[in-house]
Order: sequence, then C-alpha cells, then structure tokens
Amino acid sequence: MDDLLLLVWTLIKVLLIAVPLIIAVAFFTLAERKVIGWMQVRLGPTEIGPLALAQPFADTLKAVFKEIVLPTNADKFLYLLAPVLTLAPAFAAWAVIPFDQGVALSQIDAGLLYLLSMTSLGVYGVLLAGWASNSKYAFLGAMRSAAQIVSYEIAMGFALVSVIIASGSLNIEKIVLAQAGNAGFFEWFWLPLLPMFVIYFISGVAETNRAPFDVAEGESEIVAGFHVEYSGAAFAVFFLAEYANMILVSFLAAIMFLGGWLSPLQGWIGGPLGEPSFVWLFAKAGFFAFCYLWFRATFPRYRYDQIMRLGWKVFIPITIVWIAVIAILIVTKIVERGV
Amino acid sequence: MNYELILFFALSTLLLLAAGAVVTLRNPVHAAMSLVLTFFTSAMLWILLRAEFLGITLILVYVGAVMVLFLFVVMMLDINIAPLREGFARYLPVGVLVAVIMAAQMIFVLGARHFGLDKFAAPPALVEGSNTEALGRLLYTEYVYPFEIAAVILLVAIVAAIALTHRRREGMKTQDPSKQTQVKKGDRLRVIKMASESKEGHGA
Repeated sequence: MDDLLLLVWTLIKVLLIAVPLIIAVAFFTLAERKVIGWMQVRLGPTEIGPLALAQPFADTLKAVFKEIVLPTNADKFLYLLAPVLTLAPAFAAWAVIPFDQGVALSQIDAGLLYLLSMTSLGVYGVLLAGWASNSKYAFLGAMRSAAQIVSYEIAMGFALVSVIIASGSLNIEKIVLAQAGNAGFFEWFWLPLLPMFVIYFISGVAETNRAPFDVAEGESEIVAGFHVEYSGAAFAVFFLAEYANMILVSFLAAIMFLGGWLSPLQGWIGGPLGEPSFVWLFAKAGFFAFCYLWFRATFPRYRYDQIMRLGWKVFIPITIVWIAVIAILIVTKIVERGV
Repeated sequence: MNYELILFFALSTLLLLAAGAVVTLRNPVHAAMSLVLTFFTSAMLWILLRAEFLGITLILVYVGAVMVLFLFVVMMLDINIAPLREGFARYLPVGVLVAVIMAAQMIFVLGARHFGLDKFAAPPALVEGSNTEALGRLLYTEYVYPFEIAAVILLVAIVAAIALTHRRREGMKTQDPSKQTQVKKGDRLRVIKMASESKEGHGA
C-alpha cells in the first residue's frame, strides 16, 4: 500500500514538472518569434489572442490535427519511435533538477552523471529519424547532427567535470550549495571556471543543434535535416524535445555556474533580495534562454568543418587544461572547495 | 512478492528478449537498437542492485557513445542480407556445439554449487556516502596503478588507431582556417584597367 502511495505521489510530482515544462515550451516558441521579430524590426505574431498569447496553442492544435505522412519504404516502427526517443530523455533529465533547496523530484547522489547519460541518449532519436525516413536529405541531416552532438558532448562533459572538482560532489543540490557564501555572485563557479562556463554554454547551444550551429537543419542545403519527412504531431514532438532541451541547458548553466537559486547579493544586503529563492533560478535560466534567441537573430550559420574544428581542436584541449588548472587551484587552496 | 522482485523479473525478461533479438533480427539497424535496449536494461538491473555508478556509466559510455558510433557505421553500410544467411544450415552444427560448450562451462563455473547465495553472503552495506564516492576512493587510492595503466593502454590504442588510418597521403586537401581568414581582396580578385568601348566599335 505504501508503495502504491509513493507511486501516485511520484506521478503527481512528475506531472508538476512536465506540465509546466510543456507550457513553458509553448510560450518559449512565442517568445522566440516575438524577440527575433523585434530584433529584425518586425512585429512577430500579433493576431491570435491578446498579445498573441494564444498563438502557441493555435500552432499546437494545427500540428496535432495534421496528418502524419509516412514516406514510401520508411521503416514504420523506427520512424514513429524516433520522436519518442528524442522526447523521453529530454523530459527524463528534469527528474534531478532542483528548483529550490530540497525541491526536486529526485535528489540522487549521482545526479550529474544521470544528467549526462540522459542528455547523451537524445542522439538516438535524431539518428533513427534520419535513417528510418528513407530520404537522403533526412539521412545527411541525421549524420551531421549525430556527429555534432557526440563531439560537443565531450566538451560539455569535461566542463561539468571541472564543476565536480570545484564542488566536490555529484549531487546537484550540493553543487549549488557549494557556491553559497558571503561575497554574492563572486562566490559562484563562473569566476574560477570562467572558460568552462563559456564553453559549457556554447557546447549546450551546439548540443541542442541551435543557431549558429544548426547545420543539422541547414534549410539552405538539406531542406530541414533529419525531420524533413515528419509532419503533424510527430514533428511537434521533435519540436517539443528541442525546446525542452534548450530550457534544460539554460537551467543547467544557471545551476552549475551561476549559483542556481542563490541570490547574487547574498551577504551584502539583508531582506528578501539577499535571500535564496527559486525566482533567482528562473531569472538566470531565463537569461540563458533569451541568449539562445539572441544568438539565432545575430549570428550567421557556422560552416560544418568549422563546427567540428571548434569542438575537437579548441574546446576539448581548453577543457582538459582547465581541469588540471582547477585541480591545482583546489589542492593549493587558492580556490576553496565549496562543501 | 515485493516491488523489487517484480521489477527484477520484468527487466530480466526484457533483457533476455532484447539479447535474443540482437542475433535473430534480420535488419542490422534493428539488431543494433536491440543491443541498445540490452545495455539499457542491464544498466537498470545494476541500478536495482544499488550499483548506481556502474549502471549510469554503462548507459553513458555504451549507450551514449559506443552504440551511437556503431549505429553510425551500420547505417552507412549497404549490407545485402541474403548472402549472409546462405551458410546458416552449414554452420549451424558448429554454432550449436560452441554454444553448448560455452553454456556448460558457465553452468559449471558460475552455477549454484560454487556461486550460490549460501556461498556468498550479501555484502555488508557500503561505507558512509554514495557508492560513487566509495568507488572513486578505491580507484584513486588502492588501485591507482592498475587504473592509470589501463588508461594509458587505452590512450595508446587510440593513438595507434588514429596513426594507422591517418597516415600522410598524397593529394589530401585540407583547409587551414587561419589562412582562410587572412585572405586579402588582392589574393582573389584582379581589377583590370581597360579603356571604355565606344558604341561604334561594338559591332554596330
């Protein structure tokens, strides 16, 4: 009976994370169109609902009621499985994200490892979608995308290793608490790990296949990449996974390097502004999410060989060197380990 | 029957089915995906045994990296399946023999007589803290030499593989981004001075 209660309670908590996440994705797509519109001196969507707030729901309804076209000779099972395989890890990774102290679905000790392994699973959906579509554009897009995701995963993993060294824990809540202190935002990991912070976020952009690293879509050469054959709800699932992953990377960057829910003024002023709160976490994550849109409106697309060069020959060597640097800083006690 | 036992049987059934599918499915991509499912399910079993570090690492390394590359190669190969199945009847007796010998060895060595629960008591609960931390401490203190040597051997294997495939070849075209960005207008573009042509001279 206790097991059953636990199961129901966990299910409720899962829904409490998943449903707001889906709504956040819906409004994120609207924000993207609005922000990029303003940056390009356009208005973006204006028509549906006040401030176009109903636009994402109209888009969702449209996608859901469209027919899912199955290409000739497509591998039906894998074709329909691929969107699910992309979506599942994108949502499963949220299980270990703490939103405030003690507010997480699961506070496992190997939380960071779990996160890394979940984000490494997303590539299967992309690969299978490209292969099962039986289309050369989709296949080329999948190959590009998979190679890119696998490459940047290494740099991303190494950047997180430096966070582990600096905090001395794999538990995400402890990583945040290790950044607490009396010097406000100078206590956070972005300072001793500055190169890692930059590399982590750039790798995150590359990992989610977003502009300026969106050669997987590359609509000017390969139409729309791995999901070119998908339509209707199946396409919407890919879309949902991509945006959920963007929000995830934004949250992780805020948690790992900008002190999660800690206040930037902690130790300097009293009152509610100096107190840790989930509002800080959402504000920080919101900033990174905005950066995603900002990048897309600002930078031209990278050339593919340049992307691979940046990942393998620039980021990975820097991360390896900085792991050694931070280890020496910790051992010589120049930087104090958090916990 | 408690919750863990039900999970164990469900996962082991799935594991066996997936492992069987790896060798019986005709399509190599389907087989590779079954192997992914096999790895994933065994990782779940390990986590059920409270070896969360090993389980998550299995997913991270084998499912997240090794199998992706595997799938990459399998997808790009144009495998004609018919000839692969031709010799099935001919090789069947040898295959069955090898399988029986292997099964017999495993039953003999790993059977209940030597590895039963009565021979090995359940290990005592791990030291304070997580499994991951305990494993890390052991690897970097007591077993640091074997660990480092294994790492160096792997590194040598990587270097060797790259050196073997990436020998200097004739006629290889590579791009040097630093040279590409230093290109001046004058290197690519030639402006020619010429007198303007009159209308009469233009074939009128």
